[in-house]
This record gives sequence, structure tokens and C-alpha cells, in this order.
Amino acid sequence: MPLPYYVSPEQIMKDKAEYARKGIARGRSIIAAEYRDGILLVAENPSTLLHKTSEIYDRIAFAGVGKFNEFENLRIAGVRHADLRGYAYSRGDVTAKALANAYSQALGSIFTQDIKPFEVEVLVVEVPDRNGGKNEIYHILYDGTIEDEVHYAAMGGQAEEIRQVLTENFQEGMTLAQALQLGVRALTVTQNKALNPSDLEVAVLDQTRERRKFRRIGAEELKQLLER
Amino acid sequence: MHESWRSGFANYLTTSFVDLLRAESPHLLPTFVTEGEAEVPPIAIPHGTTILALKCRDGVVMAGDRQATEGFQIAHRRIEKVYKADETSAIAIAGAAGPSIDMVRLFQTELEHYEKVEGENLSLEGKANKLAQMIRMNLPAAMQGLVVIPIFAGYDDKTGQGRIFMYDVTGGRYEERDHYATGSGGKDARNSLKRLYRKELDRQEAIRVALEALTDAAEEDVGTAGPDFVKGIFPSVKVITRAGFEEVPEDEVRRVSEAIVGQRREEAAS
Repeated sequence: MPLPYYVSPEQIMKDKAEYARKGIARGRSIIAAEYRDGILLVAENPSTLLHKTSEIYDRIAFAGVGKFNEFENLRIAGVRHADLRGYAYSRGDVTAKALANAYSQALGSIFTQDIKPFEVEVLVVEVPDRNGGKNEIYHILYDGTIEDEVHYAAMGGQAEEIRQVLTENFQEGMTLAQALQLGVRALTVTQNKALNPSDLEVAVLDQTRERRKFRRIGAEELKQLLER
Repeated sequence: MHESWRSGFANYLTTSFVDLLRAESPHLLPTFVTEGEAEVPPIAIPHGTTILALKCRDGVVMAGDRQATEGFQIAHRRIEKVYKADETSAIAIAGAAGPSIDMVRLFQTELEHYEKVEGENLSLEGKANKLAQMIRMNLPAAMQGLVVIPIFAGYDDKTGQGRIFMYDVTGGRYEERDHYATGSGGKDARNSLKRLYRKELDRQEAIRVALEALTDAAEEDVGTAGPDFVKGIFPSVKVITRAGFEEVPEDEVRRVSEAIVGQRREEAAS
């Protein structure tokens, strides 16, 4: 009987990580940034039907990059997690932190146990309720690594360059139009061309709204905001 | 954790929250089946009383009184019986208060869950059918006296008008043409609706008709409360139009109630 090849665990993990990173780098990017009334999500996404950003619960939103079917699975699992929790306890007991931890656990297990890791990164963002508190931005990587980011986050292909633009230009208390223009400028860094409104998917968690804070920004409004 | 997420993925076919609950946490499903053959619940439980819905020019108006009764006692004076189901529909409940409120909560979650997973809303017809299934689920409890009888109404984008659905205890679903009322004072409210209803009522007229009907029901039915000017408790009235769900402000309900009572006082004096 031939001996099975021995591959060291380090090598396996390295290969998996490289595989996942390559997959993610091929995809387009997403940024999240705070503005005066909440959190803005800007994704480069020419499709108007297949979304990269989504509502999870009243004050919580989701954004994913990488392989669509994989982050879509995570998104739906997140909606299920949140709705179950909100039904079992109360709406206020659904938190981004719990959800981000659940994503981290799931992606971590998939990374170590499955042959193929998920080629995704996800953001879970939350705005505070009326009693004050701070915005929360969680960034979860393909291997389950979880980071909480302050003020802004970027992920996807060439996230480093995008983050650089945000670091240099981010200011607290920007209006929606200012934040959006900065977001689009940051995403443009990775391109040789300007981004049209039709290349963008934009959504906000708007604290001024009633219970459900998530809102997509349609083509018409987007155009107006970019021209302002 | 990993395994439970996996099972969540495996059942990917369904976008129903009820199905999800049945699979993941069946103990949270609102079922009240008890062992044995108790015909009537051995203990008194709160019951909601009169609810109604009528169409108006821009959509539908729904209303309910605020009282829950427990046998011959008043269990609660400010209970809410008309709930927002989602942006374009509402559900009103009569019957055993506990199971009714549970059903509303489950129904609201079901609609929101579908909307978030699918990225679009269920049709009004789809929502009405979903509610019928949930009432059917409650049938064993209903046989033991825990009856839940809702009215479901909303604005239908497809037909461009308000629609009203009534149910029986088996989950039978029937669409009403103009108006409907149910609960212990339902019969009296239906009589007034029949007398006062006209096609193409505007918002204010429809609210007035709804409150007239509730006041009539309160006069005839011991379980139904009329407007209470002493404690400041007034029926809850909701309007659903193309623009969405709107709760009629208490001030407005108070003004219309005062007008109705004032008119009746004059009629009684003359």
C-alpha cells in the first residue's frame, strides 16, 4: 500500500489562506464609513438585482465580498440568526456583536475543517439605538479572524489602497453626500476609469429612520448626491 | 455552532420563518395543545372583543376597541388589537388574547423575514394565505377554546385598492367586498357598518364610520368598551393606503369620538 503524502499543517493552512485571498482579491470592493446620521455602505456592483449589501435586522446591516453564493449563504444565515433571536427574546437583544461572533465561528470552522475555505469577507455594521452609544463595524475574514474597525472599513480586492484614501480623508460628522463622495473616490483608486452611478450599490443605516434603519439609495437619489 | 449553521444552509429551500422555527426551535412555536380532553379551558383567560375593517377610497381603515375581558371581569383596558403587519398591511385580532398576540408576532416576523431573505415583499394574497395556514396550525388549541379570529387587510399594489380578508377557526379564508367586523360585538358593529357604509368614503368619513360602529358595539355588547373620556382611552384606528400604514393620532380619534357622543346626546335629548 502506498503511503499517503504527508503535508504539514502549516502548509495546508498557508495554501488555503492563499487560495481564499486570491479569490477575494479578484472580486470588487466595498467600503463602510460613518456619516452624521449613521453608516454608509458603498459597493462597486453593476448588478441591480444581486446585492452585496443587505438588511439583517432593525439596526444591523451586512456587506459581503468574494464569491456571491458563499456570502449570500452567510447573509441568509445571518437573517435567520437575527430573526430567531429577536423572536425568542426581544428586538433590542439582537446585536451585531453576537452576529459577528457567529460569522467568525462559522468561517473559522469552515476554514479549518473543509477542503475548500470560503472566499469571502463580510462586514457587520450596527448603529446605536436612541439611548446613545457608538456605531459598531465588524470585519470578518475568510478564516474567521474578526476585527472591530473604527469610523470606516474597506474590504475586497486592493483594500489596502482604498483604506489609505479613507485614512487620509475621513472626517467625523460628514454629511451623506460628503461621505458618499469620499467613498466613491476611495473605490476609484483601484480603477483606471471613473465610476458611474450605475456601477455602484449604495445603502445606509440611517438613524433618523423609525425602527428599520436600513435603506437602499436608488439611482436617482445617488446621482443627486454625487453631483452635490 | 458550525453544525447548526450547516443545518441552516441545508434547509435553504424555505424562506418561511415558521418553517425555520419548527426546524430550529420548535419549543418557540405558539401551540397550546394540552393532554386530555378539556373542552373549555379550566381557567379564565383574557379575550379581545370587537374589531372591524372597511374599505375607503384610498385603501382600508381598521379599528378595534381597547378592552380585554376575562369572563365577566375586565382583564385589560388598554390592550391593542390592531397591529401593523408590514408597510402595507395590518392584522386585527379577536379571541383568546395570549395566542392572538403570539400569532401576530409570528406573522410580523414571517413577513419581515421573507422580505429580507427574498429582497421583495410577499403579495397581499400570499400574506393572507400565510395567515390562514397559521390559523389552521392553531386549530387543536381552538378546539379547546383558545380561538383566534383575525381580520387581515391591506393595500394591494397589484389591484390598486384596499382588500379585506376574514377567517374562520379552521383557517378558511374569505375575502370581504366592503367591510367586516368580528369579535363579541362583531354582529352589532356589522349592522352599523351595513347602515353607514358607502363606496368611496374619504379618510375622515371612513374613520367616523369605524368609530360609529365601535360605539354601537359598545352599547350592545358587554365585552366591548366605548370611548372612555374619564380615563382617556380611545379605540385604536389605523389607515392603510398606497403611502403605507398610518396610525390615526389619539387626538383625532378623541375629536371624532366626542362628535359622535355629542350627536347622540342631542338625539337622546330631543
